[in-house]
Amino acid sequence: MALKQNYQLMKREEVLATLDRMADQILEANNGRPVVLIGIQRRGVPMARRIAIRMAEKTQREPQIGTLDINLYRDDLTRVASQPVVQKTEVPPDIDDRDVVLVDDVLYTGRTIRAALDALCDFGRMRTIQLAVLIDRGHRELPIEANFIGKKITTKDNEVVEVKLTEIDGEDAIYVMEKI
Amino acid sequence: MLKRKDLLGIQELSRDEILEILDTAESFQEVSTRAIKKVPTLRGKTIINLFFEASTRTRTSFEIAGKRLSADVVNISASTSSVSKGETLIDTARTLDAMAADCVVIRHSASGAPHTLSKLTKACIINGGDGAHEHPTQALLDAFTIRQRKGRLNDLRVAIVGDIAHSRVARSNIHLLTKFGTHVWLCSAPTLMPLGIEKIVCDHGEFLHVTNSMDEAIEQSDVIMMLRVQFERMSESFFPSVREYFRYYGLTRQRVERARRDVIIMHPGPMNRGVEIATDVADGPYSVILDQVSAGVAVRMAVLFLLLGG
Repeated sequence: MALKQNYQLMKREEVLATLDRMADQILEANNGRPVVLIGIQRRGVPMARRIAIRMAEKTQREPQIGTLDINLYRDDLTRVASQPVVQKTEVPPDIDDRDVVLVDDVLYTGRTIRAALDALCDFGRMRTIQLAVLIDRGHRELPIEANFIGKKITTKDNEVVEVKLTEIDGEDAIYVMEKI
Repeated sequence: MLKRKDLLGIQELSRDEILEILDTAESFQEVSTRAIKKVPTLRGKTIINLFFEASTRTRTSFEIAGKRLSADVVNISASTSSVSKGETLIDTARTLDAMAADCVVIRHSASGAPHTLSKLTKACIINGGDGAHEHPTQALLDAFTIRQRKGRLNDLRVAIVGDIAHSRVARSNIHLLTKFGTHVWLCSAPTLMPLGIEKIVCDHGEFLHVTNSMDEAIEQSDVIMMLRVQFERMSESFFPSVREYFRYYGLTRQRVERARRDVIIMHPGPMNRGVEIATDVADGPYSVILDQVSAGVAVRMAVLFLLLGG
């Protein structure tokens, strides 16, 4: 699948400011209760780490973080052309009755989040599960919404939102691409 | 993703394929540490363990691996199946295929039995040990354990000591380790060296060495792999007595001291304590024998996932 760039949605400063704002919103919404941030592989992982740093700066208390690979819970494993590489899952052991914030880069059909919810439920019964995404691009196929949204945009079906983060891609930016 | 239907041996795997299996296995290790040790990945898939030879750990390990991935696992052992009524392997295979099995794990005393099966079935075939030929998942879990302890698979010195003639584990390990450029020292009594060892050595070039002296084999080793003396495959006497065998080829604490100080000691099991390995060594600080067993579940989950998940 070839992609061509349509436009740049966010530059570095905007990405950083948006992540900071999301951290602040998470703190405010949880009223000082400690949360566990769980990043969905792969770009949700560095996002969760950055949000955690911002929260630690503001509260002098480092939130717990974990990572989740949802590939084992996908509903389309037999349909995808190339099998995804299974990455590490590390969920803190004492997750029962905690407030958990799932962190992912783009919210699209909602199927990744559905898989993530299934995965999390295998680790125990959390008090709440909240969802933070950098970009909500619409086109939901399941009744799933995010609690914290960096930016909401309208996209066409043949577009792809590419979030770039320094830890993985060497730059902080968001592009909207088009399949050609 | 493995671009093959079956896992028949290590010989035909590329280094990249081996690394993909080991990397995936690392991610799967976590599942076995959960309170609920199960993920839904292979829900609705049927795995049949078809074992024509006795096995505890391989069969159980495949069964646990399959179940932790939510597959349905059925065990067939030769003594309780139609095989004891005279059914041929080929008919058994066709029958299982007609029941829409997705994967058959086969262990058989005849080398090449899984290869025969793979041509006849739509199900993917995993070799769980065929004669003295190959036992690929054992070599993969050994490599997994070595990589975890040593951080690499290349540039090591590995001694494989014991009944090499009857050992499919040795063959699969030779293929795997020499592919990565690790030096393998084979050591056994002359009667327990396979026929045609010269050719095997030739095929693997500079990385394979053969000796009858245990001290030479384990000198400066990073890894010592002990093999079980397979009495059940011996129709005649290959050595005068167990006591004499232990004196020359048993792994004792004194011998371990010849190896490197951070040596790890492996054994595919089941062990004959006091025949090829002393009890204090098997239970001692260098032993990773139980790590191998845990690695086995993760590696087999990875293999099942990579063959069946796509």
